[in-house]
Amino acid sequence: MPNSKYLIFLGCAIPYRVAAYEISARKVLAKLGVELVEMPEFNCCGLPLDPVSHETMLILAARNLALAEQQGLNILTLCPGCAGTLKKVNKILKEDKALREQINGHLKESGLEFKGTITTKHLLQVLKEDVGIDNVKNAVVKPLNMLNVAEHNGCHILRPKAYIGFDDPEDPQTLKALIEATGATCLDYVDETECCGAPSVGVSDKVALQLARDKLNHVKMVNAQALITICPFCHIMYDTNELRIEKMFNEVYGIPVLHYPQLLGLALGMTPEELAFNELRVSTKKLLEQVNEGAKINEQ
Amino acid sequence: MAENAVAVKDAMKEPIRASELDPKFKYQLIKLHGSEKLLKCFQCGTCTSDCPVARYSDSYRPRTLIHMARLGLKDRVLKSDTLWLCAACFTCTDRCPQGVEVASVIRVLRNLAAEEGIVPQVFKDQCSSVLQSGYAYKISELRLKKRDTLGLPPLPKGNPESVQKSLKGVSFMKNMENKGENDAKQ
Ligand code: SF4
Ligand code: SF4
Repeated sequence: MPNSKYLIFLGCAIPYRVAAYEISARKVLAKLGVELVEMPEFNCCGLPLDPVSHETMLILAARNLALAEQQGLNILTLCPGCAGTLKKVNKILKEDKALREQINGHLKESGLEFKGTITTKHLLQVLKEDVGIDNVKNAVVKPLNMLNVAEHNGCHILRPKAYIGFDDPEDPQTLKALIEATGATCLDYVDETECCGAPSVGVSDKVALQLARDKLNHVKMVNAQALITICPFCHIMYDTNELRIEKMFNEVYGIPVLHYPQLLGLALGMTPEELAFNELRVSTKKLLEQVNEGAKINEQ
Repeated sequence: MAENAVAVKDAMKEPIRASELDPKFKYQLIKLHGSEKLLKCFQCGTCTSDCPVARYSDSYRPRTLIHMARLGLKDRVLKSDTLWLCAACFTCTDRCPQGVEVASVIRVLRNLAAEEGIVPQVFKDQCSSVLQSGYAYKISELRLKKRDTLGLPPLPKGNPESVQKSLKGVSFMKNMENKGENDAKQ
């Protein structure tokens, strides 16, 4: 097992309303030998403000990079939006000297400087590149071979390829491989890489929820027992809003939506309580029964 | 806001008068970060046909927005409600055969609209929250305390004073200081 050490960058959405993701990710990473250090200070990565002010986004992201550089540690994020933003800004500012000087001019006002000495990885990338999918597989004590699930990568872990580029945006494999490492089967379905709609919430809830509904329909079509996400916003769209979508479109889904580290945690022998399953909105009762029944058969 | 984007649909259909065209708009755009390749667009329609938002909106069409911007229909584009519908999924950017960073062009257009004072409330709230706490959302005391019972370490502190200093030179943010919904109520 590797002994890697990262600054954990939580972002805003996770502490605001997606605690289960953080709880399960911390437990799983500790078990797999990834050490986490807290950010000494934090501000929004900048992405939410990019639509209104690109310059503000660059400054906010560069501040975080500069703060991490002072610690001499690379960043691990749980939110693909934060990961994408920090990666993109790091690349842009390293390549464009004039822009770097301009942004550093702003940072100087608060005694900070961007140097470009660290990198950022999303949880998924750390599991793949630092821990290694084989090591994840070897750490499994309770294989989830009784489960057929579907994955949802979301947009910002994949696109735009020019800045993110660690998986194929048209046919991504990492999350699938990590799901299969738990022993579960990962099902293929229509439009897997499509957007959950979250960024349109607040501008047009109707458009946003229709996109999420499409996804739930496609996942239901292949009889997935659960949907697995790796983004706080996607999770809100499918879990927090699932009931709302059911009411709005007169549908019944009842599809549990797990954060990937919750699924992995089960396979590593942790309990649903430890992994904060009680924080999820859609009931996981039936799913956990299926896991227990399958485990009994495995023991026989 | 774009829920009732009827006005925009009409604005897109309305006949174009030469007098409303800004001939230099496209040259202004290609100097801005993200829209440099705007003129390479050959109007193939890949962006619109692969856009998930266009599927559920009567009026949001990235190809049309690109075309209008190139024609110089600056006012219509910047005042269009649908501009704010893009989900920034970057599908268009990755698939454009001409390498136009479509989603970034939309972002550039939004930034220009914002400079003219057109900013949906969600963004005003987030700007003001970042300036006041460092976080994009106001995280309640209750949540902060709950972290302890959940066995989570304390949340890293925001440093609003330092954030404000870094953003002092950004004129747009100056106008956002007191635009959040919560603050307006106080
Ligand atoms: S995909 Fe590219 S070239 Fe085709 S219409 Fe859209 S911006 Fe133009
Ligand atoms: S980034 Fe915006 S315009 Fe492009 S495909 Fe996604 S929603 Fe449509």
